Amino acid sequence: MNFLRNKLDDLKRPFGKGQKWERYAPAINAFDTFLFVPNHTTYTGAHIRDAVDLKRTMVTVIIALMPALIYGIYNTGYQHFIQTGEAFSFLDAFIHGSWKIIPMIIVSYVVGLTIEFIFAVYRGHEVNEGYLVTGLLIPMIMPVDIPLWMVAISVAFSVLIAKEAFGGTGMNILNPALTARAFAFFAYPTYMSGNKVWVSEASNIDGISGETILGNLAAGGNVNYSFFEMFQGSIPGSIAETSALYVLIGAAILIITGVGSWRIMLGSVIGAAIVGFLFNLWGANALMSFSWVNHLVVGGFAFGVVFMATDPVSAAQTNKGKWVYGILVGVFCILIRVFNPAYPEGVMLAILLMNVFAPTIDHYVIQANINKRKKRWASALKTA
Amino acid sequence: MSVGIRIRRGATIPLKGESEKILSDAAPSETYALKPDNFFGIVPRLMVKEGEEIAEGAPVFHCKKDPRIFFVSPVSGRVKEVVRGAKRKILKIIIEQQVGDVITHKIPASKSLSREKIIEILLKSGAWPFIKQRPYGIIADPDAIPKAIYVSTYSSAPLDVDFQFLLKNDKEDFQKGIDVLNTLVVSPVILSVDATFSGFFEYIKGVDLLQIKGPHPAGNVSVQIHKHKPINMGEKVWELRPEDVVNIGKLFINGQFSAQRTLAVAGESVFQPQYIKTKIGALITALTDITGFDNSQQNRFINGDVLSGKAEAPNGHLDFHNNLLTIIPEGNHYRMFGWLPFMDNKIPSLSKTSLSWLFGKKPYNVDTNMNGEERALVVTGEMEKVFPMEIYPMQLLKACMANDIEKMEALGIYEVIPEDFGLIDYANTSKIEAQQIIKEGIELMIKEVG
Repeated sequence: MNFLRNKLDDLKRPFGKGQKWERYAPAINAFDTFLFVPNHTTYTGAHIRDAVDLKRTMVTVIIALMPALIYGIYNTGYQHFIQTGEAFSFLDAFIHGSWKIIPMIIVSYVVGLTIEFIFAVYRGHEVNEGYLVTGLLIPMIMPVDIPLWMVAISVAFSVLIAKEAFGGTGMNILNPALTARAFAFFAYPTYMSGNKVWVSEASNIDGISGETILGNLAAGGNVNYSFFEMFQGSIPGSIAETSALYVLIGAAILIITGVGSWRIMLGSVIGAAIVGFLFNLWGANALMSFSWVNHLVVGGFAFGVVFMATDPVSAAQTNKGKWVYGILVGVFCILIRVFNPAYPEGVMLAILLMNVFAPTIDHYVIQANINKRKKRWASALKTA
Repeated sequence: MSVGIRIRRGATIPLKGESEKILSDAAPSETYALKPDNFFGIVPRLMVKEGEEIAEGAPVFHCKKDPRIFFVSPVSGRVKEVVRGAKRKILKIIIEQQVGDVITHKIPASKSLSREKIIEILLKSGAWPFIKQRPYGIIADPDAIPKAIYVSTYSSAPLDVDFQFLLKNDKEDFQKGIDVLNTLVVSPVILSVDATFSGFFEYIKGVDLLQIKGPHPAGNVSVQIHKHKPINMGEKVWELRPEDVVNIGKLFINGQFSAQRTLAVAGESVFQPQYIKTKIGALITALTDITGFDNSQQNRFINGDVLSGKAEAPNGHLDFHNNLLTIIPEGNHYRMFGWLPFMDNKIPSLSKTSLSWLFGKKPYNVDTNMNGEERALVVTGEMEKVFPMEIYPMQLLKACMANDIEKMEALGIYEVIPEDFGLIDYANTSKIEAQQIIKEGIELMIKEVG
């Protein structure tokens, strides 16, 4: 360890204060701090600090994403081989999926991190770790056959427009990963919806039945999957969102470590369940009659609620606000699904919509606190 | 009359090196120092020159804005040095102890002691700076009539002192001090005590007891005021530390300024953590000569507790107010892959991304490592968990950063002082210097609003 440390210190020398490459220090620091927690000591304020930092928090999210990602890779192969009718083993499916998905992840990280590094050097701050999560989320919510250049453009759009334009990490209004998906969704609709995009290499196969469940329902079709298949996720869909089971494992990790807000997750489930149940009672069409329980396990609902709606920057920031925000995400998700068949998947739009309203929700929560204080001042003046 | 207050949100961080209940006298201290920075918002005007001989209790400097407020020498001796920093700012005035005179003030019989007379004596004797005023935690305004006076004997900060033990020999002086303070205020002094055991404080007359229970920052006076009777705009509340009540009591008994300071010397690096009696501004070495410390490593000497104290050089001097001297190892080392969750679980952490909570209440080793680098504010909800007031801490911090005075006022800046954000400094993921931000916010408030 000392050998490595000394090597790194040698390597970093030209990036030091007053040295030739000082401007580019954030870039080298980003690599250094991935090996070592730096030797910085407290200089003002509290003399001791908690072991937690943003790297640790973000890595926890990545760990929580792993079950869904690994299952997503397998499911990509599984859907492909089921549709082509070829015989296959678990490993075949996994390898097929890996060939499709790992390049997407690499493209997403390379493009996104390059932009992040440029902005860190330009603005003179350290590289924030947020993109480690965003960069993994983006491929996980794309259809598997989307061309890599589209991934690259979506990533660039989201990092530049959704994040850096607003001032960088911590300042963005919209969730960057969802912005990337929304961009692709509206810019390249033929690659993002329909019945040919959800199964790997489906365009080579005739007579495919690769509709997502919600797409199928919106088109007036019937659901041919059992609840267990929907829950486990062996259904067509975006890469890693199909399995409610593995998303729940991730949710458990986020909730136990306290990294993800259980208030938002629970609020969304309550909101969606209530609206879903009300539509069940109404029952005017196939989508309305689709059981509220099924609504919770199909499509991107589980994935969106656990990993996207809980993004602390774009969500509501007060505890009361988180409840309101969560419930409304659930409500709007089901409303969009049922009333707007052009967008069979409602969760993306519901979360982006609520991202926009989150500051307003917080505003009212905080205003209540302010009003309470001002009322106290007024009554103190009266008695005085 | 007594009121119970139960604090739920917060954290007790058990650290190694708690002081044993032994009270020793300090080794002789050659020099003593007064540091104007110990008094928030004070601009000093010197009243002595280098080399001048001064008596114990003689004024050394006064407040530029209010020349009635004197800061006096804790010992008789010679002004050895006036240490100045950038822009000739006075950092400290060092006084070399020599045998000399003691200034004695005439104390009238208690019957003829009016409020005005008491304030005059407190100001003239140099005891006035013992009284702090909310909002802002500045030295009290002699012309103000406070809504209440709070004295907290409940300590909750890591390794903090036990005032039961610290003041065990000063019960009468404490009572006398309370009697004096009661003439300054309409309602009786509010004395905060530990709800589980209030000891001799229960028998102090002329006070309203506030029984406190709960984790840090329950011992902070801001939290106690907030839960008891929150400060409204325009109101002023005074606050004293228990030993300063004793010092005021002594002043009104013998007419001499009392600079008594009993400190707990604590922390992992200390060999024999214990209580030591000395005077305000003594040399730190006068204490560490008795307790010893591990000088095979780099240490941080903290005047105060690890969350809100001030760092001082090992051969520096004590601060004016602190009853605690903490010595812990410096943390200027690297930790390989230390950012991985569930690594290095021996570092105390309030986050569940570490397994340190499994170790329960066993005292931790700590050092001064940042355990990460400063980042943008991302994680939400974590500050509220350690902040028991009905104030939105992150929003208040952001208002301070934006210099938005109206917002700061509305969000509760009058009810907090920097030390209330000590646990937020400690716990926040983005390593934001919350205490510094609040301090700058309060400075802005004083400048703009007054």
